[in-house]
Amino acid sequence: MTTGLLRPSRRTLLSGLAAGASALALPRFVQAQSSAPIKLGFQLHRTGIGAAYGRWYERTAQAALKKLNDEGGINGRPVEILFEDDGTDPRRGAEVVEKLTSQAGCDVIFGPLFSHVVIGSAPRAGELKVPYLVCSEGFHVASGMLNRWSLQPGISDVRAQASSMAPWIANTLGKKVTMVFPDYAFGHDHRDYFTPAIEAAGGEVIKHIAIPPTETSFTRYLPQIPRDTEVLYHVMVGPAVLTFVKELGEFYGSGARPEIFGFIDSLEAVDIASPGLEFLEGTHFWEGMCRTKQEGESEAETAYRAAVGVDDNGASVSDARDVSTYAHMFSCWETLFVIKEGMEAAGYQGPDDRQKFVEAIEAMTAFSAGATHPQGDKVFNGKTHQVFTPQFVSKVEGGKLLRVHTTTLEDGMYEDAVDYTTMSF
Amino acid sequence: MTRFLDRSLILHLAVIAALFAAQYLLPSYHHTNIARIMVLAVFAMGYNIAFGYTGLLSLGHALFFAAGLYATGLGVEQWGLPTGIALIGGLAAGGAVAVATGLLALRTGGVSFMIVTLMFAQAGYLTILYFGAVTRGDEGFVISTAARSLGGLVLSDSTTRYFMALALFAVAMLAKLALVRSPTGRVLVALRENEERSRMLGFDPFRYKLLALGISGLYAGAAGAAYAVLFGYVGATFASIQYSILPLLYVLLGGAGTVLGPFLGALVMFYLIDISSGYTTAHLAVVGLALLILVLFAPKGILGALRERGLKWLP
Repeated sequence: MTTGLLRPSRRTLLSGLAAGASALALPRFVQAQSSAPIKLGFQLHRTGIGAAYGRWYERTAQAALKKLNDEGGINGRPVEILFEDDGTDPRRGAEVVEKLTSQAGCDVIFGPLFSHVVIGSAPRAGELKVPYLVCSEGFHVASGMLNRWSLQPGISDVRAQASSMAPWIANTLGKKVTMVFPDYAFGHDHRDYFTPAIEAAGGEVIKHIAIPPTETSFTRYLPQIPRDTEVLYHVMVGPAVLTFVKELGEFYGSGARPEIFGFIDSLEAVDIASPGLEFLEGTHFWEGMCRTKQEGESEAETAYRAAVGVDDNGASVSDARDVSTYAHMFSCWETLFVIKEGMEAAGYQGPDDRQKFVEAIEAMTAFSAGATHPQGDKVFNGKTHQVFTPQFVSKVEGGKLLRVHTTTLEDGMYEDAVDYTTMSF
Repeated sequence: MTRFLDRSLILHLAVIAALFAAQYLLPSYHHTNIARIMVLAVFAMGYNIAFGYTGLLSLGHALFFAAGLYATGLGVEQWGLPTGIALIGGLAAGGAVAVATGLLALRTGGVSFMIVTLMFAQAGYLTILYFGAVTRGDEGFVISTAARSLGGLVLSDSTTRYFMALALFAVAMLAKLALVRSPTGRVLVALRENEERSRMLGFDPFRYKLLALGISGLYAGAAGAAYAVLFGYVGATFASIQYSILPLLYVLLGGAGTVLGPFLGALVMFYLIDISSGYTTAHLAVVGLALLILVLFAPKGILGALRERGLKWLP
């Protein structure tokens, strides 16, 4: 039997029918693809040293996701978040970035806090060419250490935080400062950025006291605090902070003490009214967002607080002992809405548009306070991939943190250390 | 006897061949995982030389891994060394730190040896934190893509990385196989089984233990050096106690005193965590349970159990 164009073989006919059927099905496929959920990967500190943060970061991201989907998703597409535990470990962090990107097919990765996890994971994100939006407050993004795919649009960095506190401390609490900090990178960042900032504000650091990370008692360091110290600046972190505060209270007793200023990082997820922390009464703290509901709280923040499930004291509405990481976790909420804004600006359809998405975020300059940015107005620097936010100083009164100062955005700004937009993808 | 030896050689060559073929078959995610597992398996193989073959239960191997990691990482990123030189430096650093540690720690034995090696590793970890201005302490630092190249090969490229990891793994495994089949390897096993009897036969236990620890350190240093340039990150976490425990777990899981055990242990442990985390947030409890079952029913690890139950020729 001869076959040809007019007399096709059975195989040719079947192939043709199959191709025709595929062509007919194509518009439906395109339709399905364009309305398929956008998948976001969340690199979560569910276990390890960051677990307390991770628990609240997950709740905040879930609450933001609900709002996002209730309001129509991104570009009309629903959004899902895949959470994957990184154990707060940099090696596992890189593996999680890989898993969420290559295996789960996530469009964007976001959410990590701990600097070592971010720095350990960012190279792989860069190799995979997947946008990596961190909620870390480290200076590693703006320092230029990472790559064009890494951005921090949801929270200010430690350099901005430490420097923006200096003018207020010098003008309000005192000019002679003694710093007590852990002797590793987090503490060194505070030492390196606060010291010049307080000098610029007319004050000085008269003593740096670096505490080795293995210390569990601090009594031998406290006598090193000079007698003429006007402000004691502390950034102790981890469980040791409870001992530190208790021993500091015993050291000064009921006698005169310097003004005390600390970073709330020390006491995130810890009830400020816990037994042993009484000595903190009357001291001041930096907060990225005020855990205690303040008088005149914005409607947007009240709605945010309710959506995440945080009561007026900063604890879970279902368990008053479960205190939130309120000063940091807003970054997950706000980062999700920056992702939405970036994807919509880029006309994001799928992984091929990842580069356009990064460029769209780089083109952003500001975020206005409101439901998607409850923490406040912000300036975004597309060159350094870093956002600048207001910072708050709160005073402990009656076991609550009451806001006494809000910085300007300019207080935390510094010269650009990098221009990521000149780097290749 | 020869037939048995050939059989074991064929098995190990087959594993290398399978890993070579896997490069072309594995999906992207598993591809990178296997590359990482091979590097970590080299670390565990080194650990196995000290622990599985010589009976030196060290809790300080993170120090040797970190020595290789930092020597290479600082070499290429901060001192501008060519990658090849920095890699050799990392290998040498691991071996040198292991020998230096061994010269002091091997004056002890048993539980004391564990404690002394743990103390050395902790001192190393704190030293990295102390010199944070250079090492960036606990945060660590990224090795730029530009610095991650070797003789024109871009090490951040997935295929290159896989083959580099495989080359390191293959050399390490075949060298280990040769070592354990050599007279020196038999002396190491003899020391593990009965140190006094070995001494009576004229072997100097200190010298052989130091040799085993030094080779073990070379392996750990090589793995650390490779990790730095293949994955682009150097950080103090790798010097922490967790990374002294991990190779011990890999070896115990795969089979102490077996050449392939460390690789199998690293592979099983990785996927145990990876797969169980997809089903439950309590995945670490699953890992703990799996280890308990292993200790109860296969205390000599997977390959150790197989060797006991038929595959007596497994080296």
